[in-house]
Amino acid sequence: MELLLAITAGTLYGAGFYLMLRRRLAQLIVGLGLLSNGTNLLIFTGGGLTRSRAPIIPEGQTTMAGAFADPVPQSLVLTAIVIGFGVLAFSLVLAHRVHEMTGSDDIDEMGLKK
Amino acid sequence: MTNVLVVPVATPLLTAIILLLAPRKPGLQRWISFVGSLVMAASSVLLFVTVQKQGILVLQSGGWPAPFGITLVADLLAAMLIVATGIVGVAVTASAFAGVDPVREASGYHGLFQVLLMGVSGAFLTGDLFNLYVWFEVMLVASFVLMALHRTQAQIEAAFKYVTLNLIASSLFLTALGLLYGGTGTLNMAGLAAVFRQREIGTFELVLAMLFFTAFSVKAALFPLFFWLPASYHTPPAAVGAVFAGLLTKVGVYALVRVFTLLFHNAPPQFYQLLLAQALCTMVIGLLGALAQRDFRRVLSFNLVGHLGYTTVGLGLMTQTAMAASVLYIFHHIFVITNLYLISGIFLRLRRTTDFSALGSILREHPWAAAISVIPLFSLAGVPPLSGFIGKLALIRATLAAGAWWTSAIMLVVGVLTLISIARLWDESFWKPATVPDRASMNWTMVLPMAGLAAITLAITVTAEPIFQLTLRAAGQLLNPQVYIDAVLKGDYRP
Repeated sequence: MELLLAITAGTLYGAGFYLMLRRRLAQLIVGLGLLSNGTNLLIFTGGGLTRSRAPIIPEGQTTMAGAFADPVPQSLVLTAIVIGFGVLAFSLVLAHRVHEMTGSDDIDEMGLKK
Repeated sequence: MTNVLVVPVATPLLTAIILLLAPRKPGLQRWISFVGSLVMAASSVLLFVTVQKQGILVLQSGGWPAPFGITLVADLLAAMLIVATGIVGVAVTASAFAGVDPVREASGYHGLFQVLLMGVSGAFLTGDLFNLYVWFEVMLVASFVLMALHRTQAQIEAAFKYVTLNLIASSLFLTALGLLYGGTGTLNMAGLAAVFRQREIGTFELVLAMLFFTAFSVKAALFPLFFWLPASYHTPPAAVGAVFAGLLTKVGVYALVRVFTLLFHNAPPQFYQLLLAQALCTMVIGLLGALAQRDFRRVLSFNLVGHLGYTTVGLGLMTQTAMAASVLYIFHHIFVITNLYLISGIFLRLRRTTDFSALGSILREHPWAAAISVIPLFSLAGVPPLSGFIGKLALIRATLAAGAWWTSAIMLVVGVLTLISIARLWDESFWKPATVPDRASMNWTMVLPMAGLAAITLAITVTAEPIFQLTLRAAGQLLNPQVYIDAVLKGDYRP
């Protein structure tokens, strides 16, 4: 499972960077989204994966028995998702304004002065 | 007394909330923002005095002991930078009394500015790397909006470059954090420092170091990742440019210093050579870029990039005097560059542009404004006896003491390039006869914050010796991470 998630995260990074190198604004923004989601997946996987085990110490014991997923990265991912969402929304608005101004979503058109 | 750590972060937040709730009358909003900044500056001075008396100050928020909760830490470096933030905040909010673009003011300029200040102070004070990421984002989102509030095409274009590159850097930073947590099980800086003290630097640690290096180099606008800065900093209004130039890149430099003194302090020597080479390339390319420009703010942007090189030389050499000289340089540079961007506001008001073709005659027509501008300009150029000269002298002496002859030589050459660039700036914008008349009258309210910042530059010049002693102590703390670890972890945590 780790391998699958690692490959997925890698693909998201690769696709994200590829899209960001394109000239269309819409692709740039999708690229940004893919990149931030790749990062989130990486943090999530970094915390370890176990199936159906909550990190709660059973009554009468003092330590966890066996492997368990660390809950901290999951909360980190939650924070990162919220931040990523806000930033993505902002860049969409920015792209919309660029489109309103230049009537194009080509990055090279943006640099031309009226 | 440790609660004083929260005040510089909480005050801007509170001010921002009050600004949102208060009626949108420009006069009222300006006063609330200004008073909030004054309170923040006062609290930062109080924090600094406390840190100076009691050593590193630590607050475990909510009583969660480090490394489990979020820790706020202020050592001397953080405290000095917080004081600088407070003073810049006061100067820039004071400059709003001279008038802010009405569209901008109606869309919540003052509140956003306070959020930006909160992000900067939070980044300086946090003792947790994930928390640092969050403060970076707070700061960036506020700066994105401040930059894009206006609707001219140049500003939107600049904002897009700025947003994209900073988001890539944030993603790299976050990637490094994910890997770091997976590999060590903590993100508390002191906890990480304790873990890394017991580790050899292997492939995993080097990958992390390079990720942090790249991410923070983008944020600090260091070679070769600085292109977003000259492409964007010349477009926003003077006050916004001033706070961006003064504080935002310094947060990147601070993060570099923090991570590479605490976490990777036993990295292989090649790594520090890389940092040093980067610092030198930043200086040379930045200043060569400055010589090619014909716009007041573009010249300043490239000068800003070039001088950021000086601020990381100490990190490359890792000696106490070099680190102290770099900290001194950061401290002096914050006030000087903020002031120069504010001064570009004079040109924007009088001539509606900062292009050299429309500048000139300021010395003849507004001699007092020119006299105030001389101080930050020639301090940046490193003309004795001003603070820039002292910072450069300290750096060159430190590089000579460390036996880094090449570094000293390049710094001297860059010093000459800076002098040429600033002399040309002075000639083109203040001295030469202007071909176009003023399109508005001088506003003296505008000049007051500049005079204040110039006075601070003079004060740094006069008190250079005590301040250098202070930065020596700050550098001592940075180069001996055990002090930081002991202050935060209190000896009861074993990695």
